[in-house]
Amino acid sequence: MGTPKLLGATAIEDKLQDGVPETIITLNKAKIKVWVLTGDKQETAVNIAYACNIFHDEMDGIFIVEGKDNETVQQELRDKMKPGCLLESDPINSYLTTKPKIPFRIPEEVPNGTYGLIINGHSLAHALEGNLQLDLLRTACMCKGVICCRMTPLQKAQVVELVKRYKKVVTLAIGDGANDVSMIKAAHIGVGISGQEGMQAMLNSDFAFSQFHHLQRLLFVHGRWSYNRMCKFLSYFFYKNFAFTLVHFWYAFYSGFSAQTVYDTWFITFYNLVYTSLPVLGLSLFDQDVNETWSLRFPELYEPGQHNLYFNKKEFVKCLLHGIYSSLVLFFIPMGAIYNSVRGDGKEISDYQSFSMIVQTSLLCVVTTQIALETTYWTMISHIFTWGSLGFYFCILFFLYSDGLCLMFPNVFQFLGVARNTLNLPQMWLSIALSMILCMLPVVGYQFLKPLFWPVSIIDRIHHCMRHPLPPPIRTKLKHPSSRRSAYAFSHKQGFGALITSGKTLKTKLPKQK
Amino acid sequence: MTWSATARGAHQPDNTAFTQQRLPAWQPLLSAGIALPLFFCAGLAFIGLGLGLYYSSNSIKELEYDYTGGSGLSNCSVCAAAGQGRAPPPRCSCAWYFSLPELFHGPVYLYYELTNFYQNNRRYGVSRDDAQLSGLPSALRHPVNECAPYQLSAAGLPIAPCGAIANSLFNDSFSLWHQRQPGGPYVEVPLDRTGIAWWTDYHIKFRNPPLVNGSLALAFQGTAPPPNWDRPVYELSPDPNNTGFINQDFVVWMRTAALPTFRKLYARIRQGNYSAGLPRGAYRVNITYNYPVRAFGGHKLIIFSSISWMGGKNPFLGIAYLVVGSLCILTGFVMLVVYIRYQDQNDEDEEDE
Repeated sequence: MGTPKLLGATAIEDKLQDGVPETIITLNKAKIKVWVLTGDKQETAVNIAYACNIFHDEMDGIFIVEGKDNETVQQELRDKMKPGCLLESDPINSYLTTKPKIPFRIPEEVPNGTYGLIINGHSLAHALEGNLQLDLLRTACMCKGVICCRMTPLQKAQVVELVKRYKKVVTLAIGDGANDVSMIKAAHIGVGISGQEGMQAMLNSDFAFSQFHHLQRLLFVHGRWSYNRMCKFLSYFFYKNFAFTLVHFWYAFYSGFSAQTVYDTWFITFYNLVYTSLPVLGLSLFDQDVNETWSLRFPELYEPGQHNLYFNKKEFVKCLLHGIYSSLVLFFIPMGAIYNSVRGDGKEISDYQSFSMIVQTSLLCVVTTQIALETTYWTMISHIFTWGSLGFYFCILFFLYSDGLCLMFPNVFQFLGVARNTLNLPQMWLSIALSMILCMLPVVGYQFLKPLFWPVSIIDRIHHCMRHPLPPPIRTKLKHPSSRRSAYAFSHKQGFGALITSGKTLKTKLPKQK
Repeated sequence: MTWSATARGAHQPDNTAFTQQRLPAWQPLLSAGIALPLFFCAGLAFIGLGLGLYYSSNSIKELEYDYTGGSGLSNCSVCAAAGQGRAPPPRCSCAWYFSLPELFHGPVYLYYELTNFYQNNRRYGVSRDDAQLSGLPSALRHPVNECAPYQLSAAGLPIAPCGAIANSLFNDSFSLWHQRQPGGPYVEVPLDRTGIAWWTDYHIKFRNPPLVNGSLALAFQGTAPPPNWDRPVYELSPDPNNTGFINQDFVVWMRTAALPTFRKLYARIRQGNYSAGLPRGAYRVNITYNYPVRAFGGHKLIIFSSISWMGGKNPFLGIAYLVVGSLCILTGFVMLVVYIRYQDQNDEDEEDE
């Protein structure tokens, strides 16, 4: 026997996908925190973190938590980070020790520098126990990047659930293997990457694509548009229904509070179904406030969604007030126009059916103008939906109020001749024009003055850029390209066995919460 | 894993402009160049329109008289007091004397106005049978349930026309007499009682049931008039084109009003010597006071009015347009000042940066 002779070495390289570092930089610009939850070894995970810009060389400190029991882990979590803030006199800590029953959320805490945290699966098993959870969470949330290595699939889900339970944030989990499935299912949004590792991650996810850098488009283009469209849709939907319904409230004062409707029953049936459904559908499908190139170039645009800026209680109250104002205009202008009045040939104009016709036509013109003012991206389809719905209203009007239909079913279609007799009245068109201007000009004024008084800087800057087109953007290069291009590790450390046999990774039955 | 540029994957979505959100579009941006001129143009247009409407409304002459008779001073208060508490009220007549200092330009229209009468009450407004009124023989003797309690008479006969609206038909009548010379005789002014309802109502919506043996009375056999009427529907007028369901007073009344104060056309004055208007002189209106309004605190008025392209006297639209136009111009000025100040401030900030 002699000394062993080295015959050769094998290596397996798992390359990072294209565009991962740039994506992580962009996510950080949008104030999205990136944590890595992996089953790999610590060296592999740390090298990957450096390679894709979760950690970088300018960070103020990297902390490693590798204690093997509760006390060491607790000490490491508390002392290595800001020593001052995790004492018993800390307001959050004292609140936590009283064990409040109602669910609470940990507020954002700002660190005094950029730090990174590395924690391995064994220490995490201790840190995820009852009283250390919040220390872990608070420490981790103050770091710019967190690497959790050597994690079992259950621990990945537990970390995600910890963040969900105690922080007022939205979590997105992205993974490609079967060991990521529990994490993907636990997060608010689960994204699966289809790749070499099979279909399990894709089948359990909300979104699936093939490359990590597609996450940028998912969040900053489609996610952002989706949020904007949803908010516009909601506020418009509430507005048009408030304007529609509150007219009855004002009419009650003049109809002896007998619950008489202002509109024709067929108008009530068709209003939400036919006359106003297509324009708002077009808005929700096609509207873009900023096109995709600019969306990707300015990740800061993603912030309004994170802070619920475009639809919250204040915006709802604004919708309500706008609806109340519109309903006042829509009722009192036609009422004043026909009050105790007659037509140009001396005959009746102030009858219930003519009044109903004037109010419903004014209402449709006003809500159509409102959605025309809210649409910022006019495709051909938007034009067809918006103006077509209004034209369709007049077509249906002539059909419903025609002789044939009304004589066939006299008790169902009672508005015979109203369209013919009312649409040629100057009072009707004058009152419609007045209602439209009274409802439209305040909105135009508000849209004009809002950027002056309450600027949301980034969107105005983009609109300014859109008016003065710039040359195509130069691709931003990384300032300090990391010297670590790929990850490597030596397989000379122990694996998972001890962790699994310790029983700490078994899911404990949580007590049922009443 | 490399992508093949030519072969499409099985799950790859279409790369069309529609599915990839790349449709060509117009993206308008609201700028000062659009908003401010809009305010000023709208303001100016509205002020012009408002002035026109206001003067047009002011040029209309109107003469009205409240003959409810509640105050005890007027002629008709005798009739009002006589009718208290007795249903049906007894026949009573009163008169209104007025004189015109100059020609009341025509054509002159005669209206009656009711106040505090809620024709737009929901239960009242559904109490009608349009199938019956459109002359369907099958519906004539089977009025719908919405007409209750005016669906069947006390004797069990179906009421034609059924419903509360028909039952409350306005039944005062007026006649106009003109005294050409002071102290001279009164000459009746011919009132045209036709052409007062909508053409579509009179010709299409309301039809009499088919005549039986050439008689309208036989067509209505087996039905009863509404309880408050003093004669059946086929005897509303001696003119066969104006009786039954197509009686124009009835048709005008069945077109329910939207608000509690309303006026309805009673007659047009356009025949003979009076086609250019009512000449100066003394006039007398003979009123047959039948309709009881004092029970619900309502008032009855009789109105003579001339008509323009805008209808009767209604200054609301003119005043509204003037007010909105002025507000637009005022707001436009305020916004212009604010905009200029913020522009200057922005330019200063940018220079400082």
